[in-house]
Amino acid sequence: MFATNTAVRGLLRTSVLHRCKSTLVVAEHNNEVLNPITLNTITAAKKIGGDVTVLVAGTKCGPASEAVAKVEGVGKVLVAENEAFKGFTAESLTPLVLAAQNQFKFTHILAGATAFGKNVLPRVAAKLDVSPISEIIDVQSEDTFVRTIYAGNAILTLRSKDPVKVITVRGTNFAPAAASGGSGAIEQAPAGDYKQSLTEFVSQELTKSDRPELTGAKVIVSGGRGLKSGDNFKLLYDLADKFGAAVGASRAAVDAGYVPNDLQIGQTGKIVAPDLYIAVGISGAIQHLAGMKDSKTIVAINKDPEAPIFQVADIGLVADLFKAVPEMTGKL
Amino acid sequence: MSRILVGVKRVVDYAVKVRVNPEKSGVVTQGVKHSMNPFDEIAVEEAVKMKEKKLANEVVAVSIGPSQSQEVIRTALAMGADRGIHVEISGKEYDLLQPIHVSKILAKLALEEKADLVILGKQAIDDDSNQTAQMTAAVLDWPQGTFCNKIEKTDSGITITREIDGGLETIKTKTPAVLSADLRLNTPRYATLPNIMKAKKKPLKKIGASDLGVDTTPRIDIISVQDPPVRQAGAVVPDVDTLVAKLKEGGHC
Repeated sequence: MFATNTAVRGLLRTSVLHRCKSTLVVAEHNNEVLNPITLNTITAAKKIGGDVTVLVAGTKCGPASEAVAKVEGVGKVLVAENEAFKGFTAESLTPLVLAAQNQFKFTHILAGATAFGKNVLPRVAAKLDVSPISEIIDVQSEDTFVRTIYAGNAILTLRSKDPVKVITVRGTNFAPAAASGGSGAIEQAPAGDYKQSLTEFVSQELTKSDRPELTGAKVIVSGGRGLKSGDNFKLLYDLADKFGAAVGASRAAVDAGYVPNDLQIGQTGKIVAPDLYIAVGISGAIQHLAGMKDSKTIVAINKDPEAPIFQVADIGLVADLFKAVPEMTGKL
Repeated sequence: MSRILVGVKRVVDYAVKVRVNPEKSGVVTQGVKHSMNPFDEIAVEEAVKMKEKKLANEVVAVSIGPSQSQEVIRTALAMGADRGIHVEISGKEYDLLQPIHVSKILAKLALEEKADLVILGKQAIDDDSNQTAQMTAAVLDWPQGTFCNKIEKTDSGITITREIDGGLETIKTKTPAVLSADLRLNTPRYATLPNIMKAKKKPLKKIGASDLGVDTTPRIDIISVQDPPVRQAGAVVPDVDTLVAKLKEGGHC
């Protein structure tokens, strides 16, 4: 009798949850433009099902909230414009997300798995006493998600037992939601005193580039230790120009100081999946492959025929990059 | 500042090519080389450097896991940590242990040990979660300085340069704080043989999660662990002309 009752109650609760599924997507923006990964994250939210609400917080939310309201599938946009969100610190954003959660009782809270999302969401999850799920690559159901572990060498499917699922989304595994066609209602996010004294944003030094952003680029030309110097990266920039490509790097090239850190592709850098990835002078260590092996076509140019990169390359060229790359640039 | 708590995790060595077990429930870890998570080595190095600069008096290394976790604590001690704490959790319980559990344990220890700073690696290379530092900071209500590229002690707190997607950013936090080390924070030192010998004599305390009153009830079920899809073998082309022709054929240019 008792068992039956519990079973019935459990069933009821599940069906109620089914009806009430609702997702909060924490938008990423820079006070000027929406970060495109937010569109991929909205797709993941739609795959979970239920209503999709997007939270836009910052010191200037106009551009991003207007952009988000037009995204297909967005029901509501919560806007929180406040000086407290300067620098998008986790310490200031967490109480805001909690206030929104408190008011609307979302079943899922999502953000893109960027430096921003990775910084903020685990703090939110801990405050909700739930175990967050990092960098999902697929949604199987409202509580079952797929992610990679061991630098992409194993794929874990897990079921979350927590009442609220706090999730970061690997952008390259979800198509961007259409940026037009939607008509989300713009509302004020719950008001509160979000000023905090724990941390203070001081400054940013962003790498300036006219090239496409690495994680969204259709073509990436990437260099490793084989380039031998930062100056030699010019060879790759010239080649990249032919494709309108972004330029990336292996850890070795970053550690050697050839290019800045934010160009690093790999397990601990950026995860990319362009249509075409051209790896030049990159051996193909496990940690690098973790960041690019979902690329549609991989081209490797390396003088070492034994380099592991050739095991994942669709097209390989065993050659001296200092001859092959300029020749290639000339022939494109 | 007086005390730094450093979290160190024993993981399958970064150079090992892992294999999924036949039951599809995890990867093969038995008989596989393990070592300290590379990001944790960087965290230990930073803590030891701060002590060498007289910015801290004591460095305490903590590891949570089965008895073999003591090996990585000994490594941290050989690198210059003063004493170790091993929180023993093993078997099935350890398989389902998540950063939420670890962060609660670390937070308890940070308070118990009166730590001013907790330094962790930005992520463990086995579960690739990148959560523990952020969650520990949240549990403690301390500021977090994640993905640290540079840490400088100032009179009022610390100034941190963080690695972010577009470049670097600088923040100031108060102490106590929780920091996570990125790859370029420093180059960890090697433990020398004399220091490895000395490390054997340094104190290492063993406790259980229940001693700290932390509930380690699983938050997830593992449905499966699978091999990633295998890429089809490609072709090696003889020259640049063929390469360019193939790219054109594929519609890439």
